[in-house]
Amino acid sequence: MTRDKHPTVYELSVPGRHGIDLPACDVPLADLPAAQLRADCGLPELSQLDVARHYLALSQRNFGVDSGFYPLGSCTMKFNPKVNEVVARLPGFAEAHPLREPQTVQGNLALMLELQQWLAEIGGFAAVSLQPSAGAHGEFTGLLMMRAYHRARGDTKRTRILIPDSAHGTNPASTTMAGFSAVELPSDARGNIDLEAVRVACDDTVAGIMMTNPNTLGLFEEEIGEVVRLVHACGGLVYGDGANLNALAGIARPGDLGVDVMHYNLHKTFSTPHGGGGPGAGPVGVSARLEDFLPGPMVAATREGGETRYALEMPPQSIGRVSTHFGNFGMFVRAYAYIRQHGAAGLRENSEHAVLNANYLRVKLHHAFKVPYDRICMHEFVCQGAVAETGVRALDVSKRLLDYGFHPPTNYFPLIVPEALMIEPTETEAKPTLDAFVAAMRAIAEEARREPALVKGAPHQTPVRRVDEVKAARELKLVDRTRPVSD
Amino acid sequence: MTYVPHTDRERAAMLAAIGVARMEDLFAAVPAERRFPDLKLPPPASEPEIMAEMAALAGRNAAADPALSFLGAGTYHHFRPAMVDHVLSRSEFYTSYTQYQPEVSQGMLQALFEYQSMICRLTGMEVSNASHYDGATALAEAVLLALNVGAGKRSKIVLSPAVHPQYREVVKTYLRGTHAATIVGDDDATADLARLTSLVDRETAALVIQNPNFFGQCEPVEGLAEAVHKAGALLIVVTDPISLGLFSPPGAYGADIVVADGQSLGIPPSFGGPHLGIFAARMAQVRRLSGHLVGETVDADGRRSYVLTLATREQHIRREKATSNICTNSAVCALGAAVYLATMGRQGLRQVAELCFHKSHYAAGEIGKLKGFAVNPQAPAQPFFKEFVVRLPRPVGDVDAHLRARGIVGGYDLGRDYRHLRNHMLVAVTETNTRAGIDRLVAALGEVAA
Repeated sequence: MTRDKHPTVYELSVPGRHGIDLPACDVPLADLPAAQLRADCGLPELSQLDVARHYLALSQRNFGVDSGFYPLGSCTMKFNPKVNEVVARLPGFAEAHPLREPQTVQGNLALMLELQQWLAEIGGFAAVSLQPSAGAHGEFTGLLMMRAYHRARGDTKRTRILIPDSAHGTNPASTTMAGFSAVELPSDARGNIDLEAVRVACDDTVAGIMMTNPNTLGLFEEEIGEVVRLVHACGGLVYGDGANLNALAGIARPGDLGVDVMHYNLHKTFSTPHGGGGPGAGPVGVSARLEDFLPGPMVAATREGGETRYALEMPPQSIGRVSTHFGNFGMFVRAYAYIRQHGAAGLRENSEHAVLNANYLRVKLHHAFKVPYDRICMHEFVCQGAVAETGVRALDVSKRLLDYGFHPPTNYFPLIVPEALMIEPTETEAKPTLDAFVAAMRAIAEEARREPALVKGAPHQTPVRRVDEVKAARELKLVDRTRPVSD
Repeated sequence: MTYVPHTDRERAAMLAAIGVARMEDLFAAVPAERRFPDLKLPPPASEPEIMAEMAALAGRNAAADPALSFLGAGTYHHFRPAMVDHVLSRSEFYTSYTQYQPEVSQGMLQALFEYQSMICRLTGMEVSNASHYDGATALAEAVLLALNVGAGKRSKIVLSPAVHPQYREVVKTYLRGTHAATIVGDDDATADLARLTSLVDRETAALVIQNPNFFGQCEPVEGLAEAVHKAGALLIVVTDPISLGLFSPPGAYGADIVVADGQSLGIPPSFGGPHLGIFAARMAQVRRLSGHLVGETVDADGRRSYVLTLATREQHIRREKATSNICTNSAVCALGAAVYLATMGRQGLRQVAELCFHKSHYAAGEIGKLKGFAVNPQAPAQPFFKEFVVRLPRPVGDVDAHLRARGIVGGYDLGRDYRHLRNHMLVAVTETNTRAGIDRLVAALGEVAA
């Protein structure tokens, strides 16, 4: 990655330069409403070569899965198949206007219906709505459905959602947005949710529980059957955070384990690219009793004279829309192609190898870095990144990994493990890559003992060194004010 | 096929290292009776088969010639410079994730910082986040922010009926979790700005308008912000970013929050998503904003650097007290919009906006001459930008079928959302429509009139 200086688009801008020509106006000019016009829209002025070089240079200062190993726990940074990028750009998909008459977009509707059905089959659910745009959006959607379900039964006193202390931050944040209060439950010595705490918390004010399984320690919840039984017995529902489905697709169906509603992260398990932060897609699957509350519209099929016709319909007690149109259709195309390519056997093979890779890293690393819950893990595991008596912390190890050419694991999460490094290799990484990562981690542990300043001062090889986050927050500069242009 | 690279030898060595005999042994914790279900999915297919199958599926959608497409209503056919997809195809960008490690994410961070900067100048606002899912969810978050500012004392949202109907639906869904909030205004489908302003009172958290509104018309916004602020409420404006190449931005007329769908900025319609939620505000609200914010700072050697900042607002730190649950956003679409804005530049965006204006006015003028048709019958004197309302002599469905038979994609049926606008079509005209295309539309409509 280059360390050269990189001017901003505004610093590159030269008044009068322009990058594009459009056809001349081929209609008579109308009178512009002078009073409402602006003199200058404030955009920079660059040539196309300026733009091409600028973004090429920026890309060279960015690290993606195609750049190298990216074991960011809970994010499933697997290979993004290139064929998916090609098919998502087919004009029939990419140029389709969402408000066209259903009869003119039967291909898109057929794709969505099949994806709804395939996801339902994979998750073990009665129905799936594709509409939510991300995992957190799916959580919010699921919680609103749980709320609507209880209210439809006249059960208005259920205001609490149980959430294990190992949960993703989105769980309690979504809970608040949906109008519930979050009740945090502890984990036990084996890394499972504390069953006794569940038992004590379960009463008629519990709307449900949010479970991530495998949990954020990468461990399969060994008491999941009993947790589900307790929550259902008190009248609550079970929300499954599907962020970790890459361990379970083809292995077990959350719906079969008693989960009532779950979101799928298409950008994790189903390989749609993370896009530097998004877009993702967070479809929700539900058991039969929540089906009528799904957001819509959904796609339904009818047979007409031997031909299947696809149409849009709103579930009868729908919570309403959670985004415009159908959600992130471009991601549906990619996920569809991905599932189609894999089939049932391929999905199982993915999960098996994701789990194999994680366990391989665990046993190769647990002598160098403590693994607090050291048993067979699923697709990820958590170790402690601090190196005893050296002052080297998890953050330092992460930064030093950058010098070795690896993206670091997730830092300081889950919160229940001090100095956590959460490592998720995914199935698409080969053994030589994992061995190289192990060697780097062991070398860093050794460096920490021999020359701690080297690790604490890392990274040394990246485009910039450690950045001053305190200054960024204290002296907020969120906008480039170079050569301000007046309106 | 799968993308699992393991050879049999590697797999055996790894299982041995772990100390298990078989792959199945790794799943002993999963209840045995639920383990390894027999999933009913189609058999796996190879890459060439996938490409053929997906092409066939895409081919089952009727193609639309952009010169002959007049459907907008929030999603538009605009010219997309080749540069945009070229940059978006750089996998250093699109295969990365949120910039938790700024040292290896300077490219995306700087691109998003520049996106925030261009959005601020375009909208006339002081701060922009690094993106939301889409325009509707950005509006819903803006409404939540306003209620948060109101801190329980102001729980009323005045919502214009001329805001995109689907945006209003999404706002209502979001507010299902907020016990006290009430929405007024859009129950009267014909309420104008004066009527809506009269509803703003001491209990109002915000007035939400769209400008240009859902019908394409420019709202009379002079004095509006003053009236809203006088009552202590916020002004939230939904806008069309292309219109800001030409018209005074919401920041200039006093908006507190500006949201938009950024699909017009170089992003394909893609059957409704992924699009881009634009969210800009005043610095007074910066600590209440949802979503990522990129800030400028320096590294250990004093070099200019960028980093995600004010993370204490966000869910991974603040958990149940976060301002929003948003994590994954629409970053790569924000990158696309930034490339679009940098490529089009100051003159290019102006040119796009002017072409939209002139072509839509030409189309409106010609359609207005047809017997039995009326253009913007509810507000004939109000200026409009790139969309306008046409009252048809026959039901929209009939007219649409007639146009479809002639290779033309007609406008949006307003009767779907507005009972008083049955037989009214919302027609969108952009720079991708040619005069010849517009003339074909007018001729085809003339046949309906006859």
